[in-house]
Amino acid sequence: MIDGVLGGPVDQDYLLQARQMQAMSFAVHIPLVCFGIAFPAMVLFLEGLWLRTDDPFYRALAKRWSKAMLILFAVGVVTGTILSFEMGLLWPEFMATFGDVFGLAFGVEGVSFFIEAIFIAIYVYGWDRLPARVHFAAGVPIVVAGLSGSFMVISVNGWMNQPEGFSVRGGEVVDVNPLDALFNKNLWHELVHMYIAGFIVAGFLVAGVYAYGWLRGRRDRHHRVGIVVALSVAALAAPAQLLVGDWAARTVADRQPVKLAAFEGLEKTTKGAPFTLPGGIEIPDLLSVLAFHDPNATVTGLDSVPKDDRPPTGIVKVSFRAMVFIGTALTALGGWFLWTWWRHGRLPSSPWFHRALVAAGPLALVALIAGWITTEVGRQPWVVYQVMRTESAVTGASGVPVGFAVLGLVYAGLAAVTFVMLHRFSRGPLEVEADAA
Amino acid sequence: MLPDLVAGVALLALTAYVLLGGADFGAGFWDLTAGGAQRGAPVRAMIKRAMSPVWEANHVWLIFLLVVLWTGFPVAFGSITSTLAVPLFLAGIGIILRGGAFALKGEAATIAEARALGATFALASVLTPFAFGAAAGAIAAGRVPVGNARGDEWSSWTGSVSILVGLLAVATGAHLAAVFLGADSRRAGRPDMVRAFRARALGSGVVAGGLAIAGLLVVRSEVPALYDGLTSGAGLVCVLVSGAAGLITLRLEWRERFEAARYTAAAAVAAIVAGWAIAQEPYLLPPDLTVHEAAGAHATLVALLVATGLGLLLIVPALTWLFRLALSGRLAYEENPRP
Repeated sequence: MIDGVLGGPVDQDYLLQARQMQAMSFAVHIPLVCFGIAFPAMVLFLEGLWLRTDDPFYRALAKRWSKAMLILFAVGVVTGTILSFEMGLLWPEFMATFGDVFGLAFGVEGVSFFIEAIFIAIYVYGWDRLPARVHFAAGVPIVVAGLSGSFMVISVNGWMNQPEGFSVRGGEVVDVNPLDALFNKNLWHELVHMYIAGFIVAGFLVAGVYAYGWLRGRRDRHHRVGIVVALSVAALAAPAQLLVGDWAARTVADRQPVKLAAFEGLEKTTKGAPFTLPGGIEIPDLLSVLAFHDPNATVTGLDSVPKDDRPPTGIVKVSFRAMVFIGTALTALGGWFLWTWWRHGRLPSSPWFHRALVAAGPLALVALIAGWITTEVGRQPWVVYQVMRTESAVTGASGVPVGFAVLGLVYAGLAAVTFVMLHRFSRGPLEVEADAA
Repeated sequence: MLPDLVAGVALLALTAYVLLGGADFGAGFWDLTAGGAQRGAPVRAMIKRAMSPVWEANHVWLIFLLVVLWTGFPVAFGSITSTLAVPLFLAGIGIILRGGAFALKGEAATIAEARALGATFALASVLTPFAFGAAAGAIAAGRVPVGNARGDEWSSWTGSVSILVGLLAVATGAHLAAVFLGADSRRAGRPDMVRAFRARALGSGVVAGGLAIAGLLVVRSEVPALYDGLTSGAGLVCVLVSGAAGLITLRLEWRERFEAARYTAAAAVAAIVAGWAIAQEPYLLPPDLTVHEAAGAHATLVALLVATGLGLLLIVPALTWLFRLALSGRLAYEENPRP
């Protein structure tokens, strides 16, 4: 275990508030990341349709979505900046001790961020003055940077859960190998899980906006195509996510058994461990099946480590269930759409389908945040799993609650204004230019 | 050698941010002082047109600087962010307000909404560079010791050096913005705007120069070691280059030659940043922590330099294309104000 190079743990009465402030900042930023991942691909798909069909409707829709994409990107830029500030403002000892182990990933992330910022500006402001194919090509780097940027940030999170690329000797970090840290064993399943989540969240939210308009009587081509494109993305991503989730759960069972025990609140190491459904219905052996694909497998309990080394189980247990059940429900909703589309070549006409779609966007957000709570709170009390405790990483500065309150107010204002502006934007008419081709 | 190279990369990112990000903040200053809704409208429209396509890319230099610092010099990063938590937090809040308000301003439906967002944008554009400047002044004045919040949370960044550097950051940003906007106005064929920014450029240029001289005098009495660095050897060269470039800039502005003035104005500011770095060399956090002591693991520094080099191969051509398109007026869709 390591205390840190700045002088070891300090008195900090507000560790919990520091963690909550970080969690709040993260919860504000991560939905915007989903749009950074998925929106560029959806916009390019529409522009591609325009290039193939010459139908100016698709161009108008792509252009419209790209403006919303730019607003969300800008809000993501500033909220992401706050996250990088908070790494130092809240956790200076973590940064000082391990910055040179995991930092390289952020260096590459910085390059991705540059590419994203440059090409999103060229793309969105270049609609009217760039040749069509050049314009389309300018959108491709945005999609690639969305992937590579997530790759790098997830790499750091994977590393915090599965620290590699260094040794500890005499309480000091030595033998640093930044590439081993970058390509840690947790990277791949976390990356795929988050990347797919981006398409699910953005897809259901955009489809939900159009479904809301549809329920209010705006049943035109604009709304129909908006639902179909966004929902196709989400409906295809959702079932894939169930498989990736299974992969993730088995990896956690293997490498972070105490975290897995927290998923169920499993106190004692148990052969054939049960899993409790919401409502308290206990299914025998199900946790063993989820974790090891074997009903007789032994699942490690929380009591395998001292009390001080266990994560808070209540919130992890609730979050894990919320994620799994919402994810399953969204898969079913997507299945309803895919089935109707395949059999009848149209959207389900039931208003209940559209009402479910309106609810699906916010629910997907809940599942996203719940998933991050599961993995991040499940990592506690460690900031670097089994190497450095969160309480050793925290700042010695005072005023954490003040900062938390100020940032909370600013974010509430930002969220309210962004919501109002996007809502207004969504009600404006689609401006199809007849001579666009 | 290796730590010096990484420090050089950090200095490059800092300079780019001070020049490009600084000019964006300066544009906010001119937005703030443009006058009432009617009278200030042309200036504000010019600012919006010039800033919209580039401000996000310009902002990324800050992220790049943070990343290079925490990867290359983690101990210094942790010490800076914990002792200077207050000004850095203020800068962060300013960044949210500035960026958020600027991005959402375009969707404002009423004059009142546009005013509220515009005022937020403009005030935050002054707060942020001041807070960053005060933090830089604290480092230069040797008030950031190694450790977790070991320095004083308030007095570390409220000394006279910090205040002057904060004001200087606001003034140089405003000056750069006036010069860049003057050049934009010329390209856009707006002689009235050229005149408006000529007056602003000359005024802010004189103020920035005055603050720089005042800063030198304060440093002389408060931080003698830094003063010695600025008045001898390469440090002195930087100070002289900055002064000469500033004077040439004022002359070019007088004659409305903004295209050329952009380069000399940038050189004047870059020379100050470089002079500061040279004057406190070999220290990263004077008076105790040197660049070499602060440096992270060798393998990481090598990897960081390689990644930066490869990254710049991608970024530089892309940025060049973006700036070319923006400067030639090909990145503008006309915003239709909604009723």
